[in-house]
Amino acid sequence: MERTALPGRLIWQLGRVVELIDETPRTKSLVLDVPGWLGHTAGQHVDVRLTAEDGYQTERSYSIASPPEARQVVLTVERLDDGEVSPYLTDGLQKGDQLELRGPIGGYFTWQVAAGGPLLLIAGGSGIVPLMAMIRHRAAHSSTVPTHLLYSSRDFDDIIYRQELAQLSAADPTLTITHTLTRAQPPSWTGYRRRIDRTMLAEVAWPPSERPLAFVCGPTALVETVAAALVDLGHDPLRVKTERFGASGGTV
Amino acid sequence: MTIDEQRLDGNAAGGILGQIFAFEMTTAEVICAHCDAVGPIGAAVVYATAMGTIIRCAGCGEALIRVAHGPQRFWVDFSGTRLLQLRADQ
Repeated sequence: MERTALPGRLIWQLGRVVELIDETPRTKSLVLDVPGWLGHTAGQHVDVRLTAEDGYQTERSYSIASPPEARQVVLTVERLDDGEVSPYLTDGLQKGDQLELRGPIGGYFTWQVAAGGPLLLIAGGSGIVPLMAMIRHRAAHSSTVPTHLLYSSRDFDDIIYRQELAQLSAADPTLTITHTLTRAQPPSWTGYRRRIDRTMLAEVAWPPSERPLAFVCGPTALVETVAAALVDLGHDPLRVKTERFGASGGTV
Repeated sequence: MTIDEQRLDGNAAGGILGQIFAFEMTTAEVICAHCDAVGPIGAAVVYATAMGTIIRCAGCGEALIRVAHGPQRFWVDFSGTRLLQLRADQ
């Protein structure tokens, strides 16, 4: 079926793992070299397909963490303890292994510098991944589109890309980052300590009169809570884009 | 896992639709045959299972598109879609 694919249709391709990066105790970035990759837009994802020796196949979607400007495709994968695919990707995969993937996918949950802002990015856990592609894309263009990231993690060590985010916001007065830690906080923590709610959004988000473009990504429950609260606060539903990850290994 | 937790966005159907159609499908606009709501597939609600993918109207919850995948074939049911608008300039 793949061999007869028409131009423009997605096909399954092979990528080679050139590097594995530990991001947090539960997440790993897979740096892939994908021959013939035609580029992507920040916010897109790929489907990864694994085939067992008996022919059984299963697929999962993973967001692309790298910006369009990068030569290689980076996926950041969270290990779900009862997952069928993610434990293999985070623990079984070795440098040099090949991985079957289909993409890039999706033109809806995407952002380019030309789309402007202000940009309101809201992430729960590994929901940061497609938003990180947007932040990296924005940085690659030295864009000054006012951007606010509200990022919910379980605890300090679970914050994915923590150092890179801190460095980017320290160097860029138009990029503001607010963390909330829902499960445990370091002794010196002065930030939020609860799940994202309507009150937090009212404090952190741009007012509806600024007409921010909002991207919300994370576990389904978080995404639906946030999207409903934003609309309730007066934000235009057409400017609130969501990407639900489904159930995750826990709550953030 | 509950049914609610399996609810995804239209984006999640982008892979299988992109393998069938030459158009970027998550930005394609659909008119629901049940309630006449209009919106991009990316903003619809998707339930993906081993049996197939169901894309439901975010307004009324009825099925817009069903896709099942078998050996060497796809089955696509568009009976819940009144009209599909595709962007040809991409």
